Amino acid sequence: MINGSLKNLSQMLAKKEISSVEMTQTFLDRINKYNPTINAYVALDANKTLAQAKAADVRIANGTAEPLTGIPFAQKDIFCAKGWQTTCGSKMLANFVAPYDAHVITQFDNAGAVNLGKTNMDEFAMGSSNETSYFGGVKNPWDFDRVPGGSSGGSAAAVAARLCAAATGTDTGGSIRQPASLCGFTGLKPTYGLVSRYGMIAFASSLDQAGPMAKSAEDCALMMNVMTGFDERDSTSLNRPKEDYTRGLGNMQGTQPLKGLRIGLPKEYFADGLDANVAKVVQEAIAEYRKLGAVTVDISLPNSQLSIPVYYVLAPAEASSNLSRYDGVRYGHRAAEYDDLMDMYMKSRAEGFGAEVKRRILIGTYVLSAGYYDAYYLKAQQIRRLIADDFTQAFKQCDVIMGPTAPSTAFKAGEKADDPVAMYLQDVYTIATNLAGLPGMSIPAGFSNGLPVGLQLMGNYFDEARMLDVAHAYQQVTDWHTLIPNLDKPNLVLPEGKV
Amino acid sequence: MEWEVVIGLETHTQLRTKSKQFSGASITYGAQPNTQADEVSVALPGVLPVLNKQAVECAIKFGLAINADIPARSVFSRKNYFYPDLPKGYQISQFELPVVGKGAVTIQVPAVGKNAAYEKVINITRAHLEEDAGKSVHGAVEGMSGIDLNRAGTPLLEIVTEPDMRSAAEAVAYAKKLHELVQWIDICDGNMQEGSFRCDVNVSVRPKGQEKFGTRREIKNLNSFKFMTQAIEYETRWQIETLEDGGTIQQATVLFNPDTGETKAMRSKEEANDYRYFPDPDLLPLEVTAADKARVQATMQKSQNEEYLRYVNDLNMFPDDARAITSSRQIYNYFESVLAELRKIAVPTATQTQDNANAKSVANWVINTLGSYLNKTNLDISESPVRPEQLAKMLSKIFDNTISNNAAKQVFEAMWMGEGEADAIIEAKGLKQESDSGAIEAILDEVLKANPAMVEEFKAGKEKAFNALVGQAMKASKGKANPAQVNDLLKKKLAF
Amino acid sequence: MALNITDIKRIAHLARLEINEQEASQTLTKLTGILGLIEQMQAVDTAGITPMSHSQDVVQRLREDVVTATNQREAFQANAPILGNGSAEKAVDSGLYLVPKVIE
Repeated sequence: MINGSLKNLSQMLAKKEISSVEMTQTFLDRINKYNPTINAYVALDANKTLAQAKAADVRIANGTAEPLTGIPFAQKDIFCAKGWQTTCGSKMLANFVAPYDAHVITQFDNAGAVNLGKTNMDEFAMGSSNETSYFGGVKNPWDFDRVPGGSSGGSAAAVAARLCAAATGTDTGGSIRQPASLCGFTGLKPTYGLVSRYGMIAFASSLDQAGPMAKSAEDCALMMNVMTGFDERDSTSLNRPKEDYTRGLGNMQGTQPLKGLRIGLPKEYFADGLDANVAKVVQEAIAEYRKLGAVTVDISLPNSQLSIPVYYVLAPAEASSNLSRYDGVRYGHRAAEYDDLMDMYMKSRAEGFGAEVKRRILIGTYVLSAGYYDAYYLKAQQIRRLIADDFTQAFKQCDVIMGPTAPSTAFKAGEKADDPVAMYLQDVYTIATNLAGLPGMSIPAGFSNGLPVGLQLMGNYFDEARMLDVAHAYQQVTDWHTLIPNLDKPNLVLPEGKV
Repeated sequence: MEWEVVIGLETHTQLRTKSKQFSGASITYGAQPNTQADEVSVALPGVLPVLNKQAVECAIKFGLAINADIPARSVFSRKNYFYPDLPKGYQISQFELPVVGKGAVTIQVPAVGKNAAYEKVINITRAHLEEDAGKSVHGAVEGMSGIDLNRAGTPLLEIVTEPDMRSAAEAVAYAKKLHELVQWIDICDGNMQEGSFRCDVNVSVRPKGQEKFGTRREIKNLNSFKFMTQAIEYETRWQIETLEDGGTIQQATVLFNPDTGETKAMRSKEEANDYRYFPDPDLLPLEVTAADKARVQATMQKSQNEEYLRYVNDLNMFPDDARAITSSRQIYNYFESVLAELRKIAVPTATQTQDNANAKSVANWVINTLGSYLNKTNLDISESPVRPEQLAKMLSKIFDNTISNNAAKQVFEAMWMGEGEADAIIEAKGLKQESDSGAIEAILDEVLKANPAMVEEFKAGKEKAFNALVGQAMKASKGKANPAQVNDLLKKKLAF
Repeated sequence: MALNITDIKRIAHLARLEINEQEASQTLTKLTGILGLIEQMQAVDTAGITPMSHSQDVVQRLREDVVTATNQREAFQANAPILGNGSAEKAVDSGLYLVPKVIE
């Protein structure tokens, strides 16, 4: 059951083979067993969770169930959920109980989904290894010595370890896709503006976007149907007609379902810095796509190597301002002892934020400060346009762009924790789509030394349905996405015949 | 050395909306602390701003009213600083691209001493939309301040002038003009006590003739015209004395203390500010199209100046009266209501000339008579116990010669005291004037017979004697005779 | 644009983050590394390029001026921090959030 697709789970519930309460309890039992080790969840509340499951069972019984009704999901702890501890992985918010629901939470609630709990994450989503969380690191289910990636590391581990049916994540520079790659599952960052940011704790407002983290493209499509949609409370939410993201999946049958699809391969994504084994896996996946009828086109995204410098100006700048509200006045951490107002601010913030968050606040404050704005912030915004224009040019030659999601497989905990620059390079292939606001996806494409490798798909604006079709077609003919780690022997995970 | 003061103003006008600039919280004044602070006002994690349509329309109205450039796109920026009444740690404002660009306001500077009154054009640099901060309340708990965020997020339009003013009188004339204007176009209630209209005044001095501006100090948050005059005069004197004593002026933010009449630098603003402005990523560019402007323009009534010119040119009103009537939307509305009521009552044969003459008289009654009653009782015209329709009825009785102007004053007094309508009061007090020419002639004959000496004087060429005779006749009629008729008939009788 | 320890202290103060000498010098090393990465941007000629603030070329949507919020003071103040300085009470009094005396 724990490996069932969302569609399977939904059918099981509809046929009354299992109740939502039973299904939810099964996941809660697994969580109780494995979470103390993996640390994927930071907040659990079985009473609340089971009350939702009971309500879902009523909906199923009275015939008002929707596709996700009764299915247990994990929610990244970046989403405010009324009555739930909502910490964003920070000491600053360790005692914060959200008094309102994020739009995404409301959407899942309305769909009748069950909230299993809040998942661990890098503090304020700043990190690529989940090691910046105030609540401790998360184990990669494939190898407990390794990181799950970040910032959505808890959701990633929960999906990979089957501690939920699926999970939500957010992606500012790769925080859905890089952990999906490192933990071996399917994750999608939608076009900026498709999923409301209301109630999603802000990191870098112009880049943040929520998306699904799930076992397959099909599951992602079902979740997209729930997560997307116009929300008048978010000025950047796009008012577009509702889409059914599963609509094309059924067409991905036959020998060459992708006949005519043009796949762009940016030369910059296969250059120095990419692990050779990862490159090999990615090339094999692309070869599989050719078999499915696709043709490959060599393209160039000449400014893509600038995406890291641009990102590390813009994201910290926005973050430095977004995180100013954590001042110990109305909620959040306040220092126990302070002399005056200034001292209260200085101490509360110094104590409430971790080292990486403080670093980014300082960079952001610096690049926005008097005399530096033009050289850093303005310049970065100009190059941001060049990076976006590269994609506009590229999509004249191809329908979807493919490449690696991350430059390497999961690295060991502690390996990069003290080297921010090395850590930042984890997102070298994912950041450009955030800057451009384009959708990006990572799907399991194989293994390197027993660790999952992700293939990244990048699409044009609002082309999620096609990307999901393309991913689904691959998942019809491969089984990488169905492989699961052995949690009882996590360091001996080379799946048979799949090394 | 002769010094020149240079003054520029930044005025925060609270816009007439129901809800906040970026959320659906109420902005009603005087609510219990933090009961109008929704999740956006409190800046809970994850909340986002959405701009108030009404506030944007107010800004467009203002731009149209001062003939300003209203750009197709403007941008919201974040002004970053820490303060307990600023819950997000930044204020959403407009920095590089404001909603209203350059415009101008013409001010009337009143005569002072031997200096005659004059007009001056004050250039407006810009006006931008922003949100207000909350309030710090002191003294509730020893050593602590209490933060009330009810006001946080209230829509403001900040109106910034060029440093065009050269005296406290000019600055106050501008502030008053702006105060009139924002109420005239109905974008602000103008309530200075509640902080709906607050001025920051930048003051610097320089030797007369020098082109370069001196270093300015900014007097914050002046909420009365009287304080503004006092503060500018004190600040100017202080700066001149400092310079003459060989000192220098440091750029500073100062507060005016009404008790001492002095300005003093704020301690909290000592630190050099680095606001780190950048475009707010949570908000998109604000677009104002030609169609938007036309739509707003269509909702706007005639400007103060248009109405002023119509009163002076078409209705032959005295310029001072016309200015006074158009100084406030409320006075204007009252005056126009009286005119409208009068037109309903008026005899159909009334000529345009009579109508105009009436308007002139109505203005006099509204500005001088009603005005002095309001002043004495400290009432607003909207609170006047004499309603426009009551005044109109009374005035119609003057115009149709039922009562004299003097009698009307008694009628007005009675109406003010709540003694009823004009008709009833005239009846009760017997104020109807004598317009029967036979009766008046009879009175005149008595007067002429009783005052032969005056008649002789008149015949000898003394004009004064004529007025004395009129006076005697009015007295004999107990003030009820129609003075115009007395004049006419007396002339005839003396012309034999 | 090389950073020095004074810059670190200045921006830490602007950002209201208390920082001691040791942290300041460690931060200087790390931030210098990050700024080295960022410095790559300076090689690009960006003359005449319109800065990009948003990925979609859309304009601000306006909210009708209606009051939709209700009083949620109690719910919000349930999250108020502990006053500190010896008090275990929440930092609220009579509906107000309490902070050390604000000096104007």
